[in-house]
Amino acid sequence: MRVAVVVFPGTNCEHDVAYALGELGTSPELVWHRETALDGFDGVVLPGGFAHGDYLRTGAIARFSPVMTAVERHAVEGTPVLGICNGFQILCEAGLLPGALVANRDLKFICRPVPLRIESTNSILTRTARVGQVLRLPLNSYEGNYIAPAKDLERLEAQGRVMLRYCDAAGVADESTNPNGSTNSIAGIANTAGNVAALMPHPERAIEGLLGSTDGRVLLESFVASMAREPARA
Amino acid sequence: MTKLRIDIRRKEGLSDPEGVATLRALHDLGYAEVGEVHFGRMIYLDVSEADASSVGARVEEMCRRLLANPVIEDWTVETVE
Repeated sequence: MRVAVVVFPGTNCEHDVAYALGELGTSPELVWHRETALDGFDGVVLPGGFAHGDYLRTGAIARFSPVMTAVERHAVEGTPVLGICNGFQILCEAGLLPGALVANRDLKFICRPVPLRIESTNSILTRTARVGQVLRLPLNSYEGNYIAPAKDLERLEAQGRVMLRYCDAAGVADESTNPNGSTNSIAGIANTAGNVAALMPHPERAIEGLLGSTDGRVLLESFVASMAREPARA
Repeated sequence: MTKLRIDIRRKEGLSDPEGVATLRALHDLGYAEVGEVHFGRMIYLDVSEADASSVGARVEEMCRRLLANPVIEDWTVETVE
């Protein structure tokens, strides 16, 4: 299975993502943002970093990179598209996911592992996980605070499209266990079809015991399992 | 050449962490009279007036597509010169 790992100027997690997906038996390929076609790829990942320097707003310039037209086409056609951290911000700017990510509540860059609770398995990100399961993944962001207009939030919650929430080790999600002020402790969401999903923490940094956690595997395995169900489109 | 100033602000009701943190700091310093703080962003454009009538519409489009995020931000455009 071929996975496109998109690289914008300023992306810095592409090798970690490619390594992790390679370990899970896929064939990842780094794709420069000037490419205009993603034909034959079974899945697309927008990895973390600071695309185009995060100038203007995070993801604001990246969403107009030439490759994004092909990413949007794949998203509409049902190909699994996963955004991680900066990739989440880009997918929101592109309108493929609702809402936006703004500065953390305490105006601090957060770089530490955080517990997350699986809220729904109805997406390419959580298909092989279990509702209520608590994962521990590295969070590494300044703009990780999810906000959205009230009507979008209501729809997300009502349709079960919140995939992950920040919580404590026991799985309790409230304001006291919310690291960055994210609305409703939201850490990851999906589109209505479930084929476009994104999260702020980094599953690719938690795939081997040596890294301190293997909890990221279940999310990336979900993504890989989703690609197997959605054969490549020309 | 027309000089334009675009003032972009977070929509009312959406959280503005910079504003909240700055309000807290102002209160800590004893400026209890401050009720709310909102951060915004100013962008200045020099636009050629080849077709003055379309400048406004095109600048609105620039704001909607790139300069602002219509999901979370409102904006106003002013001519400064």
